[in-house]
Amino acid sequence: MTILAIDTSNNPLGVALFHEDQVIGEYITNLKKNHSIRIMPAIQTLLKDCEKSPADLTKIVTAKGPGSYTGVRIGVTIAKTLAWSLNIPLVGVSSLAVLAAGPARRFEGYVSPIFDARRGQVYTGLYHFENGKLTAVEPDQLTMAVDWAPKLAKMERPILFVGNDVPLHQTTFEEGLGSMAIFADATEQNPRPSELAWLGKDKPGEDVHTFVPNYIRLAEAEAKWLEKQGKILNG
Amino acid sequence: MGELMKKDQLILGIETSCDETAVAVIKNGREIAANVVASQIESHKRFGGVVPEIASRHHVEQITIVLDEALKQADVSMADIDAVAVTEGPGLVGALLIGVNAAKAVAFAHQKPLVPVHHIAGHIYANRLVAELKFPLIALVVSGGHTELVYMKEHGHFEVIGETRDDAAGEAYDKVARVLNMPYPGGPHIDRLAHEGSPTIDLPRAWLDGSYDFSFSGLKSAVINTVHNAEQRGETIAPEDLAASFQASVIDVLVKKTVDAVEEYGVKQVLVAGGVAANKGLRNALEEAFSSLEVELVIPPLSLCTDNAAMIGAAGSVMFDKGIRADLSLNAIPGLDIELFNNDDLS
Ligand SMILES: [Zn+2]
Repeated sequence: MTILAIDTSNNPLGVALFHEDQVIGEYITNLKKNHSIRIMPAIQTLLKDCEKSPADLTKIVTAKGPGSYTGVRIGVTIAKTLAWSLNIPLVGVSSLAVLAAGPARRFEGYVSPIFDARRGQVYTGLYHFENGKLTAVEPDQLTMAVDWAPKLAKMERPILFVGNDVPLHQTTFEEGLGSMAIFADATEQNPRPSELAWLGKDKPGEDVHTFVPNYIRLAEAEAKWLEKQGKILNG
Repeated sequence: MGELMKKDQLILGIETSCDETAVAVIKNGREIAANVVASQIESHKRFGGVVPEIASRHHVEQITIVLDEALKQADVSMADIDAVAVTEGPGLVGALLIGVNAAKAVAFAHQKPLVPVHHIAGHIYANRLVAELKFPLIALVVSGGHTELVYMKEHGHFEVIGETRDDAAGEAYDKVARVLNMPYPGGPHIDRLAHEGSPTIDLPRAWLDGSYDFSFSGLKSAVINTVHNAEQRGETIAPEDLAASFQASVIDVLVKKTVDAVEEYGVKQVLVAGGVAANKGLRNALEEAFSSLEVELVIPPLSLCTDNAAMIGAAGSVMFDKGIRADLSLNAIPGLDIELFNNDDLS
């Protein structure tokens, strides 16, 4: 069993190789640079360093969003095409779950992974570890940070906020949750591709052809068009 | 001594620069073993044009389906493929990225060479699927995004001798179609309507003397003004006559400039490329203009004029033979320059 995990859904670009029960290679950068240029060379280098060839891979796991539309598509396109080319299973995992997984392992409360979605909005969800499994308490969603904070305050549990974008909303969470708001350290802010591999390790393969990113949001033109249709239908 | 059997060259071509997800398999640069196109046009029609984000989403939905279908149609496996050719640009960046990354993944998975292809080089090489190219030649490229005259002294060498300074011809068609309340894409509708009318309305022709460049924005404005002025006077203009007049103006300029270039450059062949090459009015006018000249005119069938991957495979075959390769850092380049591919040192 050799799993290749790919995450390009936000600024952090990550690739990991999970072989038998070990993470044999992991590559992460957190740079605002073109993922399209760097992801395939990163995969190539990691495989080479780990003395694996593409034919050795037995499964592809990819972060399927939410995140940057273009970023998510790059990883998903590569993952789909590799899985199809090599005729091996493809598994998609929430990009937010990947970010939450590491910090959630040793944290008693809930973990809220954060990707900024501009104009006061965040992509987030709520996770915790239960019987050795990462479990979603609240589903992945797009919400205003000011709406998310009071919702979490009602849980009456410590909430760990994690992600490189957290500082953009830190005051909102501090104001909403007081001492229940805990903030992750710099070393925990990047989603770990090894966690992605681990999350997808035992999941069954999905249909490669129908596999698509989870954008959470409709394309803007699509949303406007649907709104217009609704108006026409409702008179 | 028996002659060694030369193995067929098979190129996998991938094209996703706009709103068609396309994959083809091309044999020996000239034969179509498979040509699969998943068009998104029905999805974009409701918006009156291609929406980039929606195009990108559809490409992700289609890419492996189309790849799979192309290999099945050609009855080959990736092991039989010699190289993967992909459109590097120009085009919509988000759309191009899907093809480029899929091409890199499939090339890496099977350790195949990767060949970057310029979209317009692809349109030009669609002609090689119809007739062998004879150099030197001139290609008239007319599509929704391009209006260019390209001179080729040999395979894989492109010199742009004239290009549009504003709108592409296809763009002007779409804009005029909107004025005439026709659905997107407007080109085929105007072409059809033009055949029912006569060019009775006097519209300008931008000759830009001394240059092979084109300009269609003045013509587009003249059409819009003609319609508005008539409306203000309470008159109606027969749309078929307006369509015929507009089309006559576009075609006059395209044909005259092509004929001039052919004479000046003394070429053996004229190729027509791009989606507007499907236009009947343009085809007829070019056929008439070149019937008396000692130069061969090649116009590909409709299915090879619009965006497809067979043309990328055909161009990719020539680029592959020239030794042009990309590594896995290949990126999508929305404003890619065709002359960068000349790479004179390699040929
Ligand atoms: Zn085109």
